[in-house]
Amino acid sequence: MSLKSTLNADAHDPTPVGLGHVPSSDETMDQEMQEQEPSRIRTVMAATERWAGPIFLLPAVLALLFLSVFPLIASLYVSLARFKIAKGGFTLTFVGLDNYRKLFLGPDKTHFLGAFAPSTPATWIVFGLIVIALAVFLARYLLKSRVFIGGLVGRLLLVLGLGGLAWIFVHTLWNGGRLGTLTITLVYVFVGIFFQYVIGLGLAMLTVQNIPGRRFFRVVFLLPMMITPVGVAYMFRMLTDTSKGPFTPIWQALGLTDFSWVNNAWGARTAILIADTWQWTPFMFVVLLAALESQPTEPMEAATVDGANQWQIFRHIVWPGILPVSMTLILIRLIEAFKIIDLPNVMTNGGPGTATQSLTYHAFINWRALEVGGSAAVAYMLLFLVTFFSMLFVNLIRQRTLEKL
Amino acid sequence: MKSNKNILLRVLSIVIVLGVLTTACGAPATPEAPAQTEAPKVTEAPVATEEPAATDAPATEATGKEFEGVTVNLLTFVGPQVAEPLQRRGPDFTALTGATINVITVPNSELYQKALTDMATGTNAYDAFLFAPSWIVDFAPAGYIEDLTPRIEADPALEWDDVAPFFQDFNSYDGKVYSIPLDGDMHMVYYRTDSLAEAGLEPPKTWDDYLNVAKTLNGKDLNGDGEPDYGSCISKAPAQQSYWWIWSIAAPFIQTQGPSQGVFFNTEDMTPLVNNAAFKRALEIYKETGQYGPPGETNQGVGDSRGLFISGRCALTMDWGDIGTLAIDPENSKVIDKVGATITPGSTEVLDRETGELVACDATTCPYAVDGVNYAPYASFGGWAGAINAAADDRVKDAAYAFLSYMAQPAQSNADVVVGKTGYNPFRISQFENKQTWIDAGFSETAAENYLGGIEASLNSPNMVADLRIPSNQKYIQVELDRILAEYIAGNLTTDEAAQQLYDAWEAITDEVGRDSQLAAYKATIGAK
Repeated sequence: MSLKSTLNADAHDPTPVGLGHVPSSDETMDQEMQEQEPSRIRTVMAATERWAGPIFLLPAVLALLFLSVFPLIASLYVSLARFKIAKGGFTLTFVGLDNYRKLFLGPDKTHFLGAFAPSTPATWIVFGLIVIALAVFLARYLLKSRVFIGGLVGRLLLVLGLGGLAWIFVHTLWNGGRLGTLTITLVYVFVGIFFQYVIGLGLAMLTVQNIPGRRFFRVVFLLPMMITPVGVAYMFRMLTDTSKGPFTPIWQALGLTDFSWVNNAWGARTAILIADTWQWTPFMFVVLLAALESQPTEPMEAATVDGANQWQIFRHIVWPGILPVSMTLILIRLIEAFKIIDLPNVMTNGGPGTATQSLTYHAFINWRALEVGGSAAVAYMLLFLVTFFSMLFVNLIRQRTLEKL
Repeated sequence: MKSNKNILLRVLSIVIVLGVLTTACGAPATPEAPAQTEAPKVTEAPVATEEPAATDAPATEATGKEFEGVTVNLLTFVGPQVAEPLQRRGPDFTALTGATINVITVPNSELYQKALTDMATGTNAYDAFLFAPSWIVDFAPAGYIEDLTPRIEADPALEWDDVAPFFQDFNSYDGKVYSIPLDGDMHMVYYRTDSLAEAGLEPPKTWDDYLNVAKTLNGKDLNGDGEPDYGSCISKAPAQQSYWWIWSIAAPFIQTQGPSQGVFFNTEDMTPLVNNAAFKRALEIYKETGQYGPPGETNQGVGDSRGLFISGRCALTMDWGDIGTLAIDPENSKVIDKVGATITPGSTEVLDRETGELVACDATTCPYAVDGVNYAPYASFGGWAGAINAAADDRVKDAAYAFLSYMAQPAQSNADVVVGKTGYNPFRISQFENKQTWIDAGFSETAAENYLGGIEASLNSPNMVADLRIPSNQKYIQVELDRILAEYIAGNLTTDEAAQQLYDAWEAITDEVGRDSQLAAYKATIGAK
């Protein structure tokens, strides 16, 4: 019986039940059934309520599984396999961790991790300082009254991850070392986001003031974000071309016609960072502008009355107010920035050498030669890296929030 | 419970039906034997015009739109060259046969991957391809592309015998033809006849000559604009064409005994021929040309080099046949009748494969030397060629073949190869022999003689080098060689380090793919025993 018919039966029961009436055996059964009906209804309704959520969620979950989780698992398998053309199709042969071995120990090590310079006393000193800082961080946690297994494991992973990256950086950044796609990506992410945030915040602070033309500049500052990354890349490729770009007269006047940004690794990376900053600063700007405008004015007015200067107002009132938005903003940008490929691909073709290749570009090179296993392995390393830094950042936000509470 | 079972059964039935339908819709068409259809024919002798045009009516027109309603999805490089003639002639072909030619373009660096993924996964979204014939070594054994031999044999309009033997061979695998050339590619060196004559210099015969000419003319004003210009323009950007230029320089140092000797690998054990004095010398020469080139050459592709050369800013360049036709373009060229072409320079020293060192050329070491110079012209890439997806419907295959044949037939091809913007270079014997076509297109008689002479000297060389055609050649060339070369040009690797790293990387690929199978494939493609 359906729920609707059950409810109807209950509402229109014709049998009168009164005092002095001796029920027959059939009537007794009917009565028992009638007594059972409400409990059955309750059971059905409870079951419906219990299953309604999962049922309504199921389509979305299935879509997510098919579109996200399944490809993730499939690509994990691909990263552990070798693609080979076969008669009428292809084969994927399981090779274990061989694709990862190539990245860390094999022929792709220099490309992925970079070229390691021999250790020097300076290298050891810098690395030693980083290790001490990480050890202090871990010791402070261990000396706390309550230590959780999960927290300890998380911090150990954090220390190992950051220590490993520090080791790579100190050996590839100076003394004839060379950055690999892993560390180049980190440079793009952290240097780029730093400048984007600082400039975005500065512009937002400016346009939130009551100055002439602020509405016009708000729109102008947003324009770069509207342009496709490939368009931005081509535009900056032209702008940085000293021999035939629009700035050629300026380069000529400065006597720099024989100079090329792309002949030097850091010159090329700087050009890409400038283009990236130009494109993504508006994103920071627009969100920070909204955050600034939503701040209550009373505390600032009170602080002004109390004699606080502009810096003190910013440091103690505005900054804490926009901090949660800033953290979220940086997290979103962090995840996006790790995937950079358009700018180095168009502006420098990844050169000079491999000096401007990001992890995504590295994966792309392997993919277009149908080295899909190697490509998937690089993509998975990127996934680990994004997850590592995102979790680190999320924990930082949580810690800050708890401290405030 | 019963009603639950019924519901379950109904749901299962729906799922199964949907599954079967989906599978049926997605299943690749089974490759079948090709139905031999005669391609559209040309009815008149080739007509040379300045602007290419489809002037001749295929025979199918008389039979009344043989391929009405058929659409051929053809995948190729984004262009504007290469795809342009296909897009321009597609509507003409539709008018003649009824078949619609849908030209789909992707960036050059993604073409191989797109084509292979499409066929390997059974997607088969593309019915035909215009790609590098060196890739058929990957596609043909896997059964992805159609054996065109029976169709070509039954197609007199194609005039297959007129296709230069080198290109016939390069478009074949295991004795069968898998692609039809629309373009013939080989490197040549181009020079400014006026600048060299003014400086009293001869066109370079060796790579040392090349460096000498480049050094002498570098910094001179070559186009009269008062600005210093460049001695040499050879592009060096990563992921562009570097991996081809290096072999044009290395080949005369490494190969002396004809194509079957091999230039990429030792035919005894498949060890790479890169960690030796010859390849190292080639690396040094390639890098040194950058000293006489534009400041941003490390980020320039062949398009940039061509632009600089035809605008009169370079004394020398290396390129495919395109420069010859681009240089006569009155709209863009500032070097009309000022360009000479020559076979890629050779060497007076060659590799001793026993010691890995360079030795002087003599009758034994360089049997094909001309005046003591060993030449080894490199047919890099091999020219754009059309192939057909074996999984396409028979009627679509017929239409695709008819279109490729139509494009390659002398009436169309002779007009296309003399225009720079097409990106097509001559591949037919008649195109080399019929000088008048080129003169009609805008060449002076001397320039035509010089240009065709350069191509002919290369094609007739008994020591010609064909592009690498073994499985995974993309990994050897466009991944490892490209990366290491880029690092070397950027100054991150010494010559010894670059040679050693390349050797190790290629050895790793060979071991991974299978040394014996790779050796057998390599020997088969160069005709080694």
